[in-house]
Amino acid sequence: MSNVSIIGAGLHPFGRFPGKQAMDMGADAIRLALADAGIGWEQVQRGFAGSLEVSNPDAVVGKVGLTGIPFFGVFNGCATANTAVSMAADAIEHGAADIAIAVGFDKHPRGAFAGDPVALGLPGWYGETGLFLTTHFFGMKANRYLAVHDISATTLARVAAKNFRNGARNEKAWRRTPMTEDEILAAPYLNYPLTRFMYCAPNEGAGAVVLCRRDLATRYSDQPIHLAAWALRTRRRGAFEVQSPSLPVDGPPSPTVDASRAAFEMAGLGPEDVDVAQLQDTDAGSEIIHMAENGFCADGDQEKLIAEGWTEITGRLPVNTDGGLMANGEPIGASGLRQIHEIVLQLRGRAGDRQVPGRPRVGYTHLYGAPGTGAVTVLTV
Amino acid sequence: MTETETVPVAERVFTWPSDEPRLIASRHPATGELSFPAADPATGEEEVLLSRVGTLFTWTTQAFVPPSPPYTGDTDPATFEPYAVGYVELPEGLLVEGRLTESDPDRLRIGQPMELVVVPFRIDDGEPGRPDRQLVTFAFAPIAAPGAEVAR
Repeated sequence: MSNVSIIGAGLHPFGRFPGKQAMDMGADAIRLALADAGIGWEQVQRGFAGSLEVSNPDAVVGKVGLTGIPFFGVFNGCATANTAVSMAADAIEHGAADIAIAVGFDKHPRGAFAGDPVALGLPGWYGETGLFLTTHFFGMKANRYLAVHDISATTLARVAAKNFRNGARNEKAWRRTPMTEDEILAAPYLNYPLTRFMYCAPNEGAGAVVLCRRDLATRYSDQPIHLAAWALRTRRRGAFEVQSPSLPVDGPPSPTVDASRAAFEMAGLGPEDVDVAQLQDTDAGSEIIHMAENGFCADGDQEKLIAEGWTEITGRLPVNTDGGLMANGEPIGASGLRQIHEIVLQLRGRAGDRQVPGRPRVGYTHLYGAPGTGAVTVLTV
Repeated sequence: MTETETVPVAERVFTWPSDEPRLIASRHPATGELSFPAADPATGEEEVLLSRVGTLFTWTTQAFVPPSPPYTGDTDPATFEPYAVGYVELPEGLLVEGRLTESDPDRLRIGQPMELVVVPFRIDDGEPGRPDRQLVTFAFAPIAAPGAEVAR
């Protein structure tokens, strides 16, 4: 049983904020998290900051107070926020701090993420000839998954429509206009079978959480949330992953499967115990696949479950109640902190118009990113 | 009149020139595992020429201009031609990712037979005073004539 709780969560809205630096958004998120925890910055003993675009995210301390504490910059692609939270939790678990903070912020230019394939150990021709796009992986994985498990394009559209509908109820979301399934299906493909409205996009935003020794948490918060588990796993050799010029036919499962099992084991809980979940919805296909990879259903059951409203706010397992990546966009360093912020709201019963009914007690967050990293947390009241 | 020289986008990716080009992979001496592209010759891994024919494991389309760099193909939105990419399952038990010669979703189907071809990629006019060169790359083409493949 972990001895780590969350006593404060803060979120800067996600979107486009001309003239505002990522680090200032990060500082705002820290202040919101501290206010939520009812503590001052001088009480924070250690911190971890994640960002893609800001090369020294640890410099955020210059905005909130130069108290001399150990403060670390971290990065793990789209799983970065889980790394910041995991390292803060480890620091508390290992006795290095009673109170630690995890923060993430980013401000991405428009358009798909680019990079240098050679720097990542891939051949130059892979990028030159137009193969080095993570979106290809999402399109190809979804295309095969849908074909093998008999899932329709309508289900992709249902997921996207649900996330935009949830985003419309979230004042901090980026895209707040609901869309019909027909509009989503009729849009041009970006990467077949995924249309323009089935993808998230890089944008701007920040999030922060304050973690505390669980046995001290009630000194600060009347509603501390227990961080029951955290796990990050990298891909095993041969797994069907992004940026792979070749792969064996029968590889091991995704690192999401490994991270999920490890987290449930640490929490002493199973998928059936979860009341509300945040699953990485880089695209609508990813959300569908991640339902199964995280153990919430069998491969192929999604067609029926989603049609029956299983993942709606009123369903058996509400997924991405704040609109997920699709409605919020993806500032990489902050995305996973947004997920945790939403679960904290839901478990405290403070999610307003999008509150899951029936007092949810167990929440779950999942990130997936290049080059094949799955990262999970389990949170309980 | 001289013909434009055709040059592979990179060395040691496929056999060239050749009427029946093959992809160059390598085999790990201890595990027997195949990988494409071939490992650095310094590793001592044995080179293996892969089968030219396989089946389409999965595919997707690329409808927007890829970020450049690294992409060196046509990045002018007015003339950019969408393309498709896919993994082809080869009899060696290896999935190889490549461009496809067909990009119409109605003419692509998981499981259909595909073969390796070498296709023009772009004109290299990089060096002043040197004749332009035609860079070529590998791709997979549906084996049946276009149109014979029935939709999903």
